[in-house]
Amino acid sequence: MSNNLKLEQADRPWMIRTYSGHSSAQASNALYRSNLASGQTGLSVAFDLPTQTGYDSDHALARGEVGKVGVPICHIDDMATLFDQIPLDRMNTSMTINATAAWLLALYTAAAERQGVSPDQLQGTTQNDIIKEYLSRGTYVFPPEASIRMTSDVVAYTVAEIPKWNPINICSYHLQEAGATPVQEIAFAMANAVAVLDAVRARDDVPEETLGRVFGRISFFLNAGIRFVEETCKCRAMTALWSELGRERYGIDDARMLRFRYGVQVNSLGLSEAQPENNIVRIALEALGVTLSRDARTRSLQLPAWNEALGLPRPWDQQLSLRTQQILAYETDLLEYPDLFEGSHVVEALTEELLSDARGELQKVLEMGGAVSAVENAYMKQALVESHTLRIQAIERGEQSVVGVNRFEETADSPLTADGDASILKVDDSAEREQVERLLAFRSARNDGDASAALQGVEDCLKNGDNIMPASIRAAQAGVTTGEWADTLRRVFGEYRAPTGVGSARGTLASEGTEAVRTRVDALSETLGRRPKILVGKPGLDGHSNGAEQIAVKARDVGMEVVYDGIRLTPEEIVQSARDEGVHVVGLSILSGSHSVLVRDVLERLTKEGLGDVPVIVGGIIPDDDAAALRAAGVARIYTPKDFDLTRIMGDLVDIVGEAAQ
Amino acid sequence: MSGRGLGQVERLLEGLAAGDRTAISEALNLVDDRRSEQRQAALELLDGLATRPLPHAPYRVGITGAPGAGKSSLLNALVEKLRASDAGIGIIAVDPSSQRSGGALLGDRMRLSGGARESGVFLRSMAARDRLGGLADATQAGAAVLSSVFEWVFIETVGIGQSECEVAQLVDTLVFVAQPGAGDTLQFMKAGILELPDIFVVNKADTGPAAERTRGELESTLGLTASPEPGDWRPPVLLASAQDRQGIDTLLDALAEHRDQGLKSGRLEARRQSGEQAFAVDSLARRYGEYGLERIGGAQAVAQRLAAPGPRSIFAVVLELGREIERAVKPG
Repeated sequence: MSNNLKLEQADRPWMIRTYSGHSSAQASNALYRSNLASGQTGLSVAFDLPTQTGYDSDHALARGEVGKVGVPICHIDDMATLFDQIPLDRMNTSMTINATAAWLLALYTAAAERQGVSPDQLQGTTQNDIIKEYLSRGTYVFPPEASIRMTSDVVAYTVAEIPKWNPINICSYHLQEAGATPVQEIAFAMANAVAVLDAVRARDDVPEETLGRVFGRISFFLNAGIRFVEETCKCRAMTALWSELGRERYGIDDARMLRFRYGVQVNSLGLSEAQPENNIVRIALEALGVTLSRDARTRSLQLPAWNEALGLPRPWDQQLSLRTQQILAYETDLLEYPDLFEGSHVVEALTEELLSDARGELQKVLEMGGAVSAVENAYMKQALVESHTLRIQAIERGEQSVVGVNRFEETADSPLTADGDASILKVDDSAEREQVERLLAFRSARNDGDASAALQGVEDCLKNGDNIMPASIRAAQAGVTTGEWADTLRRVFGEYRAPTGVGSARGTLASEGTEAVRTRVDALSETLGRRPKILVGKPGLDGHSNGAEQIAVKARDVGMEVVYDGIRLTPEEIVQSARDEGVHVVGLSILSGSHSVLVRDVLERLTKEGLGDVPVIVGGIIPDDDAAALRAAGVARIYTPKDFDLTRIMGDLVDIVGEAAQ
Repeated sequence: MSGRGLGQVERLLEGLAAGDRTAISEALNLVDDRRSEQRQAALELLDGLATRPLPHAPYRVGITGAPGAGKSSLLNALVEKLRASDAGIGIIAVDPSSQRSGGALLGDRMRLSGGARESGVFLRSMAARDRLGGLADATQAGAAVLSSVFEWVFIETVGIGQSECEVAQLVDTLVFVAQPGAGDTLQFMKAGILELPDIFVVNKADTGPAAERTRGELESTLGLTASPEPGDWRPPVLLASAQDRQGIDTLLDALAEHRDQGLKSGRLEARRQSGEQAFAVDSLARRYGEYGLERIGGAQAVAQRLAAPGPRSIFAVVLELGREIERAVKPG
């Protein structure tokens, strides 16, 4: 092996992070410090759903969700506790926060000040990408226009005051999770970036000459699927398209500003519940896809845990993900060489193909008025729902192999999951109660006069069109809470419900299985006197609606009438809808881990309304113990990620409704 | 789901009189049920509703327009306003069915905002089933059920031609929602539906000049097609913005005016009657076919008997005609 092929000096590894946070600021702080001690080089904060959607931990909608998928942060003391003994002038912190990004950044800035760290020393990222929330992740709160305004407020503020901050991290990650093809992932992410950049460019307080710096601070957050050759080319295509946009649309010529900077979390969509240990290998291969090509290598990497489809990962599971990255970075020779693909005909041709298709798709979105219009008219959402339907169908029909799921299904007993629910992390139910107690104590200790004056300041700047950041930082210092800040915005901007995209989505292709179920649905309709009608409901704050959408589309395709009202409904609303709509069965989808509380609530309310005989089915990431308890409470069927065969689920529905009608 | 058979109709009538929501839902299920016994029961229920005095004067409003015109958000804004005065509101929303599977996705619209939902508005969505672009079979009967409980009954349909004609027959006032700049006007003319709506609303008035232009186009087109007799209703073309809650009061005023004028001129009553007759003929024809109608003298004769004045409700007449047909068809 000739040494002159090597780089003079091996590259430094990408930033190694783990997306984490749970229960409370204190528990998460302990986790962060132990992760940093074991060689993690940056932090990636997961917030719980109430924090992400702007509710305090004691709000009715927060019930069952506090501390579940991340850490609850209600006020400055929570934020200060989260980073206790972590010097913020030397830390690089990525925060997965969107609708309430301005507020969490305000809290972070205020907490840093308590440490004696000034804003210009802070480094990190706020995700702050609202478009993909409408399309996939679902933690939006305000209407698109208001949201984009706040996004651009954060951009304008940080470029001036927190220059090392990445104010927005455009996510194509969640688009792939929602079913996006590589071309859609590239095109929709770029359309999204254009929407933000155009909004920033139109501002009076951002001088033309800083546009280059703004462009240079925009980073991306990509997904990496198992087809890692294609994924490598996707990263290369995005690198090319981004600098093309910078040069042509925004007139930027500084090569440093034109660099496509991105972080990655590898795919969760493809992780299987069956033979979950196979995910260890999937995760490693997916990590390769975004690190192999030096010219398009990720700046930071987060790997999920192998048992994510089973429940919340334990510290050991997260350690394994961390070690996977460390082996890739420190053990292999990956970082010693220049780009491996320069001159590769295959890679160049595939990249060019993706690039040219993505340009076309981007143009299409821009012609319909850009990403905001394509959210409002449901174009992008519908395209994603359709792609996802095709993907599920390909797996169902065996055209797309998933080892251990639809091929090579036979397995020896796995020692890794032998302990049952001991092989996942259980969040202590006392976490919610303790968080609420701390919140109440904080509220009673603060100076209410200061807090309401600061809130008034936020409201004034919303109405005057001033940048929201300075007033929000003052509010953070004055002890305003997350819920109070968001309520003020809700009052001024209103709340938004995004199109679900399922209404006119093209459905599945005809297949024998589907035809058979359709015939059974027709027969059941005769028995019932009308078509079976199903309510698909998403209770709680969890916005991951892909599963619910696929069930809705499939149920329509087998001939059922489907009521689907979108995300974030209270159990009360779901039961009212079940009653008014006269449905035969209720399907609930919950992925946030709050299933036990929410499902029981729905069951109790149904019984109270005299609808106890309407069967309820539940889908989600539901550990075995919880599933048993829910069945005992009266749930007819429970589906977890291993139940990928939607046609079979439809057959079950026919059985369930038929039995209930007896 | 429970309580079929004897006593069900009486029980539902009682429940509806008390405004019980579970009874409303069950009654709507019943009028949607295609089984023979249930059809019979449904007609009995409707007859019961038609022949008893109501404590309120129900008013039915149709909301129609092309997909994306903002019908649901406009309805949402109307409902918010009406709820402020504690009016009882029932809504039927009709969505198209898949032609291939017969299934349907309902409610994929911007639904009632949290506030309106909490306030106890009753919302039932229905699939148009095999009626291409039309209403659901049960819409007319469903509207009758809701009218027996609520003062305001809204029927929202996706406007693609046919449904305007059908919905016009069963509401007191038909509102057409247009969106600015969609080049809709020409389409309206082609579809020949401009004669039907009683009120036009150009939504999304926040778009400014585009909305004004569409309003102008609509007004001039209406001026060409309609040549009203003195005293006739002249459909106004209003501007509204559901998003900014603008023009909602004006729309409510126009609705009130159309209703009052219809009551005074007797047009409302005539319209309700002809709507019910169309429903009755249609329901008989669907059940027994042309062959069945011919057994008792054909569609013309049936229509005449339905139109003949009498003490009984039209639903009772339908029941009786049905029995006659059955006797004529079945030997012995």
